[in-house]
Amino acid sequence: MSTLLVSTRKGLFVIEGEAKSARIASSHFVGDNVTLARADRRDGAWYAVLDHGHFGVKLHRSDDRGATWTEIATPAYPAKPEGFVDKDMWGKDREWATKGIWALEPALDAAGALWCGTMPGGLFRSTDRGASWQLCEALWHHPTRVKWNGGGADHAAIHSICVDPRDPRSVVIAVSSGGVWRTRDAGGSWMPHTKGMVAGYVPPEQADWPENQDPHCVVQAPSAPHVFWCQHHMGIWRSTDDLETWQQLHAEPSSFGFPVAVHPREPDTAWFIPAHSDQKRTPITGEIVVNRTRDGGKTFHTLREGLPQQHAYDLVFRHALAIADDGDQLAFGSSTGNLWVTANQGDAWHAVAHHLPPIYAVRYA
Amino acid sequence: MASVVFTQNLKRHVECPDVSAPGATVHEVLDRVFADHPRLRGYVVDEQGVLRKHMVIFIDGRQITDRQRLTDPVLPGSELYVMQALSGGA
Repeated sequence: MSTLLVSTRKGLFVIEGEAKSARIASSHFVGDNVTLARADRRDGAWYAVLDHGHFGVKLHRSDDRGATWTEIATPAYPAKPEGFVDKDMWGKDREWATKGIWALEPALDAAGALWCGTMPGGLFRSTDRGASWQLCEALWHHPTRVKWNGGGADHAAIHSICVDPRDPRSVVIAVSSGGVWRTRDAGGSWMPHTKGMVAGYVPPEQADWPENQDPHCVVQAPSAPHVFWCQHHMGIWRSTDDLETWQQLHAEPSSFGFPVAVHPREPDTAWFIPAHSDQKRTPITGEIVVNRTRDGGKTFHTLREGLPQQHAYDLVFRHALAIADDGDQLAFGSSTGNLWVTANQGDAWHAVAHHLPPIYAVRYA
Repeated sequence: MASVVFTQNLKRHVECPDVSAPGATVHEVLDRVFADHPRLRGYVVDEQGVLRKHMVIFIDGRQITDRQRLTDPVLPGSELYVMQALSGGA
């Protein structure tokens, strides 16, 4: 039985079942803005991020699959040192305060440890299942961090965290308009890894600067950890040499989009959801499609069965595509509250719901 | 002692009964309240102690002016209302 956690603008919805039998089994935090939820398979805990707007961002954990929830600590920034200059791209003083949480991953080097990626760009680590958090100072004080600007958002966000299956102390993060970074010592030091990426929204001489790259989503192939896939603002990139270089790939009808998923056992198989350019951010000609490659991005097959093919204007956000451990089931949700699942790698899709709130994230528990 | 009343909307998320607390500034009064209700702090101010963007505090009907450090003076018998600014969105 598959369990899918669907985070939306107005609550968390739990989906049970596969393909045609998938149904909404329960709802949580209805009315509240749930921006991300996930399970930690080591201990079965579920985590949910709530953004209350007026009242700030909060984290909750359930140890009984959603029957009850407990508020845990929200990552908190230290006080800004006196005289420290940290201005955003609009020249305003950057507030050292958690404005959002966009990534949460089990830190596999210690039981109960977690990584948390926040806005405005701080990476936090907990060693006690979220009871307390420590800012990763080495990354926060990296000289280029103050240049991260968040792309279209007000704050730079760490949205992707890849914990290396070969060595859990090796972690890759991706930052909106901040690049791709790796630590090999559990956060003690960081290096950028964007060689081959290109930004088209800065003067040409800055196009390859690491901090100018705007990865929308980065995933690491679990079965071949030297392979990474990236849906970037400028298109699709792939690295097959453990992030030494990235190669750009081209897909029709568009290489623009937000999410990417990679097969758990086939590193050459990945899925993207194309959208019409950064200027429009809609499906092309109102047709919702999913692109799948099985040859490392040499070719893409455009999947349509079960998806609306006229007058659909759904956008799929970066965390709103997920793949299950079996490599056959995937799910994605849209900005207009549609949720689709497949049990055959996308050959056919089934609508689970059409009237959910805007969907921010889907994750298999 | 000043009396402190919190918006009903906050009570949905965290315990915040109407209370009385001593203090010569908003900061001092709220610190006493938060000492008894630690979870409440993060709902009203951020980790730097700054009043959250869309929150407002009134002292005897006047909106406070120092949202950064909450130094507005409070008199014995003052009434503090911790409210949600009406701001838009869905």
